[in-house]
Amino acid sequence: MPTYLLVTALTAIRILGRNRLRTGLTMLGIVIGVGSVIAMVSIGEGAKAAVAERVASMGTNVILILPGAVTTGGVRGGQGGVVTLTTADAIELKKRIPLLRETGWGRRDVMQIVNGNKNWNGTVNGISPSYLTIRGWSFTGGGPFTQQDLDTAARVAVLGQTAVDNLFEPGEEPVGAIIRINHVPFRVIGTLAPKGQSAQGMDQDDVIFIPFSTAERKVFGTYFLGSVGALFASTERPEDLAPAVAQIREVLRQRHRLQPDQDDDFFIRTQVDIGKVHEETSETLTAMLLAVASVSLMVGGIGIMNILLVSVTERTKEIGVRMAVGATRRHILIQFLVEAMTLSLLGGCIGILVGILGARATTVVAGWPTIISGETVAAAFLFSVAVGLFFGLYPANKAAWMNPIDALRYE
Amino acid sequence: MAALISCEDLWKIYRLGDVEVQALRGIDLLIREGEFVAIMGASGSGKSTLMNILGCLDKPTKGCYRLQGIDVGGLRADQLAEIRNRRIGFVFQNFNLIPRTSALENVQLPLFYRGLPLRQQRALAAEALARVGLQGRENHYPSQLSGGQQQRVAIARALVASPSLLLADEPTGNLDTQSSLEIMAILDHLNKVQGITIVLVTHETDIAAYAEREVVMKDGRILTDRKMLSGSSALSVEA
Ligand SMILES: Nc1ncnc2c1ncn2[C@@H]1O[C@H](COP(=O)(O)OP(=O)(O)OP(=O)(O)O)[C@@H](O)[C@H]1O
Ligand SMILES: [Mg+2]
Repeated sequence: MPTYLLVTALTAIRILGRNRLRTGLTMLGIVIGVGSVIAMVSIGEGAKAAVAERVASMGTNVILILPGAVTTGGVRGGQGGVVTLTTADAIELKKRIPLLRETGWGRRDVMQIVNGNKNWNGTVNGISPSYLTIRGWSFTGGGPFTQQDLDTAARVAVLGQTAVDNLFEPGEEPVGAIIRINHVPFRVIGTLAPKGQSAQGMDQDDVIFIPFSTAERKVFGTYFLGSVGALFASTERPEDLAPAVAQIREVLRQRHRLQPDQDDDFFIRTQVDIGKVHEETSETLTAMLLAVASVSLMVGGIGIMNILLVSVTERTKEIGVRMAVGATRRHILIQFLVEAMTLSLLGGCIGILVGILGARATTVVAGWPTIISGETVAAAFLFSVAVGLFFGLYPANKAAWMNPIDALRYE
Repeated sequence: MAALISCEDLWKIYRLGDVEVQALRGIDLLIREGEFVAIMGASGSGKSTLMNILGCLDKPTKGCYRLQGIDVGGLRADQLAEIRNRRIGFVFQNFNLIPRTSALENVQLPLFYRGLPLRQQRALAAEALARVGLQGRENHYPSQLSGGQQQRVAIARALVASPSLLLADEPTGNLDTQSSLEIMAILDHLNKVQGITIVLVTHETDIAAYAEREVVMKDGRILTDRKMLSGSSALSVEA
């Protein structure tokens, strides 16, 4: 049997090689189908991995609390419209919830920043020192500011990569330099390792961190002393997130004296939520693209079936001769199945190459990350074998069930 | 000698819509091992129909056909394929070689389906081609061979499996006199020297003269069945 399969496969290749144009056109559907599956999946995987990486870069155990709408006398303010969260909330949360490793806070605003003759509008964050550890920032130069800097409202700043790029010449040392934020001089004491885009597509490195107290008193102009743009908290372990969120909600409702029938005046978000949304959308997208790809694979399979039916008819006499010298139905069945699978496999392999090239091109041209996994390639390979087998079965059966004498007499 | 072929009351009826064609109408035929039989008769008398049944390519509508004692009528398709593969060699009027496939590979086919190792297939096929005088033509395609050479390839293919029965339906029908003589010399040799039973259909008396027995058919029946002078005994049996 192995000899039979080998010889049959070689014969199939020879027969397909005789009719290159026909073979090529027949394979086209499979090539396009497999190629698009490979390209789509690798784009989808790339996007998923990028989102996962970004979520991880924000920390999987981070809780974000934003000020929310308050209903006072029927008037509903928008998110952040009314001050509802304070530094005192953060300190109280830390005190009352043991699950929380740390709490921090911050408020941000876009400010004009000047260094020498360089001038840039960047996002300035007034934060508690704990913020940097909660969000997992690491330093490339210098270091963070301390509780003491916060207490004394020191004029020190830590710069993200985008801020460094926009304010300093390449090669110029930022740490120790004096920059002006909203005309107030600040000493740069640290630079941060880049984080790239956020899951929402924002440049996370477009940041300057200064002590919250300094920002409040010297830069932003105060609305309410102690009011913050956001509170942050981190837990020891990711699985503590859910109970921690519930406890935070309870404490905050208590502190804000909310009645049971009142809505929360804050929002609680975790990175897991944000990541989940992205994963779901990218999964929907992948599923849709896969549906399109399987339709084209299906069309490719029908193409193979069609050409095989033609081939079986054309070679009816040959089938008769083979039967006359002792070929069994099984021999004939396998012969045509092998031919179908040769077609679909060859198409599949070319499709895999096309898909990989397509994915590469997407990365180069559009800048999207793509991942070509061995599993995807193996799946595409198996899929094309399956298509060949499935769509070859009908024509092969038709050939195998011919009556020897009728096949021989066929004109 | 034991009976190789034994037919009892073979009928073959074709139905084309309302029309019924009785191609065979009760054939009784006994052929012993080692015989060389010529079947003659007018066009449409049922010679090919009979040959196809004898070759297990077709089944009779009615009647019993035994090949070497085996009732062929009760066999499954794959068992019939095995019989065709091991016991019967078939030579057709129009050669029926597989196009764009070398002479050697054409001759290999029966051995290929028998599942012999590739090397043995090649050796036996080359030997069979040599026996019909085609050494050196192994790699020629059918289209690169003359009609006579193609028929010799077909004979090589029929005898490569060492069958006990060789069926030839007008093997010289498409050939000139010279090629016909060459083909008949090969068949005669196969019968006389190797003892292969041969049943041959022909329209030509000088071709039929090679045989030792002549069966004449008419309208699906056997008209005469007689031993000929060239055969071992000159006894004539009128049907
Ligand atoms: N497949 C078929 N369907 C219907 N009728 C058929 C079929 N094959 C043969 N016949 C009929 O059966 C009869 C016998 O045909 P057959 O081919 O056996 O004749 P033959 O003796 O071989 O003739 P020839 O010498 O011309 O080859 C003819 O009348 C023919 O029309
Ligand atoms: Mg005939």
